[in-house]
Formats: sequence, structure tokens, C-alpha cells
Amino acid sequence: MSSQTSNEYEKYYVPEKSKLAVMATIGLMLSVFGAGSILNDMTFGEAEGGSSSWTIFLVGLFWFMATLFVWFRTAIRENMAGMNSVQLKRSYVLGMWWFIFSEVMFFAAFFGALFYLRTLVGPWLAGEGEGGRMNHLLWDNFSYSWPMMETPQEAVGGAASQPMANQGSFVSPHKSMAFKDATAWWAWLPLWNTIILLSSSVTVHFAHTALLKSNKSKFNLWLGISVALGIIFVGLQALEYYEAYAHYGLTLNSGIYGSTFFMLTGFHGFHVLMGMTMLLIQFLRSVFGGHFTAEDHFGFEASSWYWHFVDVVWVLLFLFVYIL
Amino acid sequence: MGAHHGPAKGLGRWLFTTNHKDIGTMYLWFSFAMFILGGAFAMIIRAELFQPGMQLVEPGFFNQMTTMHGLVMVFGAIMPAFVGLANWMIPMMIGAPDMALPRMNNWSFWILPPAFLILASTLLMEGGAPGFGWTFYAPLSTTYAPPSVTVFIFSIHVLGLSSIMGSINIIATVMNMRAPGMTYMKMPLFVWTWLITAFLLVAVMPVLAGCVTMMLMDIHFGTSFFSAAGGGDPVLFQHVFWFFGHPEVYIIILPAFGVVSQIIPAFSRKPLFGYDSMVYATASIAFLSFIVWAHHMYTVGMPVAGELYFMYATMLIAVPTGVKVFNWVSTMWRGAMSFETPMLFSLGFLVLFTIGGFTGLMLSIAPSDFQYHDSYFVVAHFHYVMVAGAVFSMTAAVYYWLPKWCGKMYNETMGKTHFWISFIGFNLTFFPQHFVGLAGMPRRIPDYALQFADFNMMSSVGAFIYGSSQILFLYNVIATIVSGKPTSEEKTWDGAEGLEWTVPTPAPYHTFETPPAVR
Repeated sequence: MSSQTSNEYEKYYVPEKSKLAVMATIGLMLSVFGAGSILNDMTFGEAEGGSSSWTIFLVGLFWFMATLFVWFRTAIRENMAGMNSVQLKRSYVLGMWWFIFSEVMFFAAFFGALFYLRTLVGPWLAGEGEGGRMNHLLWDNFSYSWPMMETPQEAVGGAASQPMANQGSFVSPHKSMAFKDATAWWAWLPLWNTIILLSSSVTVHFAHTALLKSNKSKFNLWLGISVALGIIFVGLQALEYYEAYAHYGLTLNSGIYGSTFFMLTGFHGFHVLMGMTMLLIQFLRSVFGGHFTAEDHFGFEASSWYWHFVDVVWVLLFLFVYIL
Repeated sequence: MGAHHGPAKGLGRWLFTTNHKDIGTMYLWFSFAMFILGGAFAMIIRAELFQPGMQLVEPGFFNQMTTMHGLVMVFGAIMPAFVGLANWMIPMMIGAPDMALPRMNNWSFWILPPAFLILASTLLMEGGAPGFGWTFYAPLSTTYAPPSVTVFIFSIHVLGLSSIMGSINIIATVMNMRAPGMTYMKMPLFVWTWLITAFLLVAVMPVLAGCVTMMLMDIHFGTSFFSAAGGGDPVLFQHVFWFFGHPEVYIIILPAFGVVSQIIPAFSRKPLFGYDSMVYATASIAFLSFIVWAHHMYTVGMPVAGELYFMYATMLIAVPTGVKVFNWVSTMWRGAMSFETPMLFSLGFLVLFTIGGFTGLMLSIAPSDFQYHDSYFVVAHFHYVMVAGAVFSMTAAVYYWLPKWCGKMYNETMGKTHFWISFIGFNLTFFPQHFVGLAGMPRRIPDYALQFADFNMMSSVGAFIYGSSQILFLYNVIATIVSGKPTSEEKTWDGAEGLEWTVPTPAPYHTFETPPAVR
């Protein structure tokens, strides 16, 4: 045996065994299987399995959520029982940072796609540049602008007009969400959403500062305001989607502008929802459980990092999806 | 060291375990099972190609076989095998009590088997399994895909989740759990290569998730990411896929570099030559892997400026890779070498991987690639790096650490026999494929022109030799575990270095509950 280090070393807590992973697996696989069946029923028309697919999906999802709840509760209780050494806490911090990095890369895929489509593919489809040498033969009359208000398919006269145009059916919107299509700056929803989300980042920071000064009532107040702002943001996003579908003709089927618009804002909105849920849980923990001290508040801190990340993504969205 | 908690009894030990060694063992056995499954698919491919003409299977099923073979081998066999190795060895190499996040570690493993179960179940689905190749290019995988593509997409999501969690765990372990004194530049190279691999995984698996999500939306919700009719571009798929896919090939090969960098010094009885440059070379390869992806798609109609950029950037990779090969060779220079099975497989790796590297260099030249593209030359190239690179080094690792894992010695004669049959079988399979590829035989086809018949027959014979040699491997490993000669030497190999050789043999259930001192 090699020589041991000094005796003041704090033991790293390794849980003996745990059912959590297997339970989470069951929930995840059920919901994945259910979701796949739902989509295939929808698209490829397997009517028989229709109702059971939803049941499997929802049971799986509930199972998964319940397991995650127990999982986090276990981790929190371990920490409060003093089982987590300083070193173990650092593992959690690293885990959260690298998780956020993976989320950054997820959004990078969609932003990368957006840049590629806007700067290269669009002009090429209109026959410009080196990449577009043959495209005027395929997509005669198509001219490129962003937001794309006429798809190549429409430019050539519909899906039946030529073989390459037959993949799907794409109907352009008559109005886009971009700033240049807004009726007035104060009536432009994305601007208000930006103000709301940026303020919520500031209020989360205020909450953190209050917590560091051990001012719990102020912490609860600012955290509560942040959650409320998050809820308002999600509500306004829902309103925007309603507007898009009901009045703008802007849908997932609107060609590449609709595709990128809904995927980027949709995934961002989903992440806002997740971040808001995380903050809400920290709020409930603090108000009803009396959790968090000035020294030990990783659950809150991790949620706030996530919240700031979601905010940064929005700024990029605001710039590249709405303004430019 | 205080009371040891031994493993629990029965199935619960494996289902509920948080122990890095148990989880590593499960990863290794699972990946071997997938290796056999993927190998079975390969045998069907080679049986069909034994002679020209249509013999055994329908063309559609042949396509499903090439697709499933690739997916199972990449995501099911090679990647989990190295994750298993990381689980077993990294805590022992850096003097940590376990992985940083043990429960999540168990979860990373346990979502893998069901994900592959649903992926394999697509073979029984109406419309058949995915048949669009493991690279699943749109629109073949969107507009023209069978319904099983939905299942395929979700299983890719789950595999990605597993990889991301596993990698976050490895990064947290390496950054946070090193014993006092184990500075970054003292870490064994296997730990270094895995740290960088884990970084690559966390960076690109989400991109793959985004890629398959765009597919899902195009298929089920009418978006037009990969359809020019709606203003999208099928080539966008290839860009996003290869932005994941190119780092992915280094994800597969970097841990192999790490393994070989442990084994060659041990059997040369010399420290690794140029440790620092090995670390920097690994990091350079990882960096370059992000900016060379379009060399997989030279023939897709990119502007010439793009072709040139990706050509030169790709050629740059040969520099750090060359540094590595040079260092391995220099490590052996004037060493007191011996040639036990792990060393044989490492040397096999060195020679054959270098051949695969050189054919890679040929493929990197854009104008010549127009001839090589999607030919059997490409198949030969990547099997030289995937099989002779990753799988050979993995095999070497198993022989190298097996005595430490189970406290018993494997049969050396059988191990060496395994190596020579593998080596001959492998080269017989894949070397002729260079020639048929250069002569124009395309990949992913069930039939071929008559002039390719002889070489294809050789390939098939070689494939069956290589495939059956794995049964010998399995037998040797099981025989070792069941009735191998017990050994309790801490250091199985007299030239081996590292903390894992300071713990008792077999390695106790818990090691380094208090960290060792590293000078």
C-alpha cells in the first residue's frame, strides 16, 4: 500500500447504493417510447396504438419527474445532514458548469444552422455565388430576402411544379416577427420580453447579494420577483406564438424562416420554463423549508447560473432572430 | 483503512451500484455484447459480399445491416468500452475513492442497454430498421425514411444523454478528485486523453442532439431545415452532422492513444518519451477536430475556398498525430522490450493505425478525394483506425489490466494466438479493400462488378477469421475469471508505472478512500 496523506482529510461521501438511477431509467425509457409512438401514430397513421401511446408517455413522464424529485431531495438532505465535504461540493459546481456548457453547444447547433442558412444557403438558392450555379434552373423566380416571405417552392408555383419542390408543403407568412415588420416599437413584443428577461437576471443577482448578507426576507422577495418575471416572459412568448399562428400565418410549415424562428425561440422558451421551475423550487425551499444560508446555497446558485445562461441566449436570439 | 464495504449480493449489486469498478465492469461487458452484435451484422454484410451477385439478403436489408453495424459499433461497442475503462481506471490512476458523482455514473450506464434495445427493435418494425447509413444523411433519413427513424432519433437522444453525463462525471473526477500532489502534468496519459475526450463529448453530443431534433421536426412537424423547397438545405444536415462527427472520431481514438501510451512504456521498461508533447499533441488534435469537419463532404459542391481551407486544416492534424507516433516509437528505442499480449496488440495498433493515418492523409487531399469518396478505400481507411486503432488498443487494455481487475492471470499463449489471428484476419479483411476502393468499388452496396470478386472473397474470409478470433478472446477472459492462475502481485508487469499498480491485486472493492501521497 502506498503511504497515506495527512489525517485531516475530509472523507469524500460515496453513497453505498441507490435505486434512483434504475427508477429514472424506467421513467425515461417509458416516456421516450411513448413519445416515439405518439409521433409515428401522428405521421404514419397507426391508429390502433393511439391512445395507449399517450398513456405510456404520460406515465413515463410522471415516473421520471417523481424520480428526479426524490433524487434532488436525497441530495439536498445529504447536504443538510453535513455529509458533503468541501471537495464533494466542488464536484457539484463542476457538474453544473459543464452541464451549462453542453447546453451552450446545443444552442450553438441551432445558431450555426441559422447563420449557415441565412448567409450561404439563401443567396445560393437564389442562384448567387459559387454555391448557386445550378439553382436558377431549379428555383427560377426565387429571390432571397430575410425573413423569407416566399419559399422556393412557392416561387416555382407549388409542390407539383417540379420534382425537387415536392418535399413537404411550405406556406410563407404574410408578416414576420422581425423588427422591420413591427407596427410601432412600443407595440413590439420581443422588446418587452427582452426588458423583462434582462430585469429578471438583475433581480436574481439582487437576491444573491441579499443572501450573501444573510438577509433572507429580501432574498425571498427578489427571488419571488424573478420567478414572476419568468412567468410573465413565458406568458408573453405564448401570446407571441398565438399571434404568429392566428394573425401572421407564421407556422412551423412556413419554410425556413418559420422553422428557425420556432425552433430557436421554442427551445429557448423551454429552457426558460426549466430555469423558472428551478428558481421556483429554490423559492419554495427558502420560504417553506428555510433552506439556504449565506455560506451554503448551491441549489440557488446553480439555478441562478442557469438563469443567466438562458438570458444570454435570449440576447443572441433578440439580435439574430428578431432584429438583424 | 477502516471497514470495507464489500459488494452487495445478487442482481441488486449491479442495478443499484454506485461503485466505479462495478459500473466499469458493466460498461465493458455491455460493450462486448454490442461488439458481438455489431460483428454479427458485419458477418452478414461480408457473407453477402463473398461473391458477386445477390446471394443471401435483400438490398434493403443489406442497407439496414451496414447502418446498424455502424451505429452499434460506434455508439454501442467502442464508446462504452472506453467509458468502462475510464470508470475502472481513472479513479485508481489519480488516487480517488470513486467517480465524482457516483449515482449519476450508474444512471449513465443504465440508460444504455434499453436505448440499444429499442434501437435493435427497429429491425422488427414495419418498414424495417433504419437503412440510411450510420451517417443518416437527409433527405434519405427524413423524406424517404421508414417509420423506425423516430425510434432511432430518440435512441440517439438517450445515448447522447448517457455520454454527456458520463463525460461530465469524468471531467469533474479529473478536475476535482486528484490525490494531493497529482498535478495535471503528472497525470497518466490515459487520464489526460480521457479528460480531453470528455471535453469533446460534452461539446459535440449536444450538437448531434440538435441535428437529430431538426430531423424529427422535418419528419413530423413540417419544418424545412433539410428541404430546399422550403428554403433549407440537405447539405446543412451534413455540416451539422460532421461538426459532431469529426470530433467523434477523435472521441473514439484519443482514449486508445491513452491506453497505448500506458502500455508501450510498461513493456519497453522506459518512461514515455516526450510526455509533455504527448499532452500538447492530444490537445491540438482535439482543437483541430472542431475546424475540419467538411473534409467528409468534399464532393457536395462546396465553394473552392471552402475545399482549400478544409484540406489544409485537415492536413495539419497529421502534425500532432505524427508527434504521437514518433513518441511511441522513441519510447521503444533502446528499451528492454518484451512482447506479452498487451504489447503485441499495442504494436499492432501502432503499425496499423499509422497506415490508417496515412490513408487519412490521402483522403484529406480534396482533388484526389473526388475519386476516393464513398468508395471502399474510405471503408478500409476508417476500419484501420476504428478496428486496428480503437478495438486493438481496447483489447490490449483488457489484457493489460485484467490481472489487476480479477487477481488472476490470463493464458499468455492463448492471448498471443488471439493477437496473431486478429492481426492476420484484420489485414486480410481490410487491406484488399484499399485496392477495390481505388479501382472504383463504392461502399454500401450489396453487389459489385466481377473484377472485384477475388479481393472481396479475401475480405470475407478475413472477416470471418477476425470475427471468430473474438470468440477465443471471450473464452480466454472467462477462463481467466473462472479458473485463471491466481496472482497477488501488486505489479503484474515489472515495467508498469502508476498508482493503479500500488493497490493490492485483485483491486479491492474500494480503493484510495483516503488519497495516497503523490510525490
